Amino acid sequence: MSTKTEQPVGDASVTVASPTGGRPGGGRAPWRQRLALLDVKVTPYVFVSPFFLLFLLVGMFPLAYTAWVSVHDWGLLSGQGDFSGLENYRRVLEDRYFWNALRNTFSIFVLSSVPQVLIALVLAGLLDTQLRGRTLWRMSILIPFVVAPAAVALIFGNVFGDRYGLVNEALQGIGLDPIRWHVDALASHVAIASMVNWRWTGYNALIFLAAMQAVPRDLYESAALDGAGRVRQFLSITIPTIRPTLIFVVITSTIGGLQIFAEPRLFDTQGLGGSDRQYQTLTMYLWELGWRVRDLGMASAVAWLLFLIIVLFAGFNLWVSRRTGALRGGAR
Amino acid sequence: MQTFRTRRARLATSALLALTLATTVAACGGDDGGTTADGKIKLTVATFNEFGYEELIEEYNAMQDEVVVEQKKAGTANEHQDNLYTKLAAGSGLSDIEAIEVDWWSALMEQSDAFVDLSDPDVEGRWLDWKSEAATTPEGQLIGYGTDIGPEGMCYRSDLFEKAGLPTDREEVASLFADWDTYFETGREFVDKVPGTAWYDSSGGTAQAMINQTEYSFEDEDNTVIAADNAEVKAVFDAVTGNVADGLTTGLTQWSEDWTASFQNDGFATMACPGWMLGVIEGNADGVEGWDIANVFPGGGGNWGGSYLTVPAQGDHPEEAKALAAWLTAPEQQIKAFEAKGTFPSQVDALDDPALTGSTNAFFNDAPTGEILAERAEAVPFIAHKGPKFADINTAFQQAIQRVDEGKETPDEAWESFLADVERLG
Repeated sequence: MSTKTEQPVGDASVTVASPTGGRPGGGRAPWRQRLALLDVKVTPYVFVSPFFLLFLLVGMFPLAYTAWVSVHDWGLLSGQGDFSGLENYRRVLEDRYFWNALRNTFSIFVLSSVPQVLIALVLAGLLDTQLRGRTLWRMSILIPFVVAPAAVALIFGNVFGDRYGLVNEALQGIGLDPIRWHVDALASHVAIASMVNWRWTGYNALIFLAAMQAVPRDLYESAALDGAGRVRQFLSITIPTIRPTLIFVVITSTIGGLQIFAEPRLFDTQGLGGSDRQYQTLTMYLWELGWRVRDLGMASAVAWLLFLIIVLFAGFNLWVSRRTGALRGGAR
Repeated sequence: MQTFRTRRARLATSALLALTLATTVAACGGDDGGTTADGKIKLTVATFNEFGYEELIEEYNAMQDEVVVEQKKAGTANEHQDNLYTKLAAGSGLSDIEAIEVDWWSALMEQSDAFVDLSDPDVEGRWLDWKSEAATTPEGQLIGYGTDIGPEGMCYRSDLFEKAGLPTDREEVASLFADWDTYFETGREFVDKVPGTAWYDSSGGTAQAMINQTEYSFEDEDNTVIAADNAEVKAVFDAVTGNVADGLTTGLTQWSEDWTASFQNDGFATMACPGWMLGVIEGNADGVEGWDIANVFPGGGGNWGGSYLTVPAQGDHPEEAKALAAWLTAPEQQIKAFEAKGTFPSQVDALDDPALTGSTNAFFNDAPTGEILAERAEAVPFIAHKGPKFADINTAFQQAIQRVDEGKETPDEAWESFLADVERLG
């Protein structure tokens, strides 16, 4: 298939490349022209097709197959059973642990994504100035991102130990009560969110920094001439100009935040999110259903519900970012 | 010229694509089975916690040159179980030999097709009857070779006992652990005298030991779930959660980071101690002096855990894997594993072998661990029945106890939510 479509493309490009070379014959011209037209129209699609073919294979197929599994009785080890309609969805929606996981996911998502994006913005703003040894600073904020999540969980596990953890020993050292990181829901969410933030803030800051580098410097100069201070410049020039990047980061961190798994999963050794499932997120709940309870049908139903929630949220985020962006950068 | 360049570019692109695909495929297939660079067969053995196989595998690699054996160790049984289920479902990726813990054995027996039938006249009668019977399907296939069993003694810190004015000699200590009531009563005395140190390592571990002494706990003979109405289960729950207010427990969960750290911080004075736990204690309490083991277990005898080696049918070298499993579970080898990590043999011939009965453990104050655990094994009256749902319900049971430990729920509330969890598991 590929040779057939590509062969004329290759030949045609010669013609296109030398349009002034004159047309050799009278009768052949329309045919060659048609080819050239085809080339212009089809070639771009041929060139981008590998991605979409791969996406069909590794993106659409699993989505569709998960939907197929979710309407069947399907055991992890026993395999496909009878068609069961929306029964799996009903069971998931009736399970109190689903709603509990949803609550935890949102709580951890808010505690991680919001400070993460804000801190990353400020960090990038600082790195965008004429610092001494800029490259060193810029590189070093990416270091946490290079560390494997499992290693992060191990280190933070010692930091946030209930009894013999670093933070609690420090707290007790200055006469405060220890915080029960693995017991209290909010405390556990803060601990997990800080793991996520530690890992992702630097990465987001670098993306912001790249966008900030592209902001025309003369804008700052004229703003400075008009008497705008640093903060004013940052709010009125930098943020509106990097709005597309801001939207991108907000959406990717929304998706990441709602799918959070490794950090809460490794926060204790059982992996169920605490004795009362205080920090069981939706993906952990999915995993528990699929691999501990061994019900792939229900797990797939959760996967689809999670997908819908993420689509909804990303859409909402996009809308909000556009609105606020439009308000602030009204002149553009 | 341009055509030439386009062709070159196209060639390069396809080459790159082919390379990417090839690497991906290689990355997928690289893990399982196969051969080494010098043409030997590579076998992997997946275990968890401590099996004591490190030196045995070296020995096996040195004594023949057809196969090279590698061990994959998971930190906890849970982790190992997750990996096993995932790859069993995927149909590939398992090691050539997979260790399986007795608690989830019956859930896997339902998938007996996924494992190679290991029955062989050479190994008949090698194990204690109940050990090999549990691994035999109704059709008579032997799915796993028994490794160890978990006869329980009581491990204790003699230095902390001395501090509390309790006897320290292991013969005298035994009388303090005669039954659960005496054991808990001694504990109350102890925590009064040594504040800051709990009596036992975890409520969960103690509950587990007691559940293992219940013949039918969560499921009856026909594997019907009876956890909710079983008075024996409720009695275990009440006893363990009733001790929380008195400070008998550390309130930690076994295998957690804090639990591991508590070995180094005088966190507790005693713990239920199946043979394989000796290696765990020795590792966690490295440098701590005073550990000892008493030849007694509250309420008679008890068996906690013990494992099997299986050969998944998806492996590339079932014959070689079977031979290796047979060698690793032979009495002589199991005795060596016992000496290394305390995994007590399930093999009949090993039990009266002088190498076992005469063995002592330096870390546990030179206790004759071989002799003690052999007597503990004889004291086990029956093996608790564990059906396909045992591990799932047990997790919920342990979590309910943990909620009381953490003060999240009162014992009554925790029992109610345990019942709801049992209902949910169906």
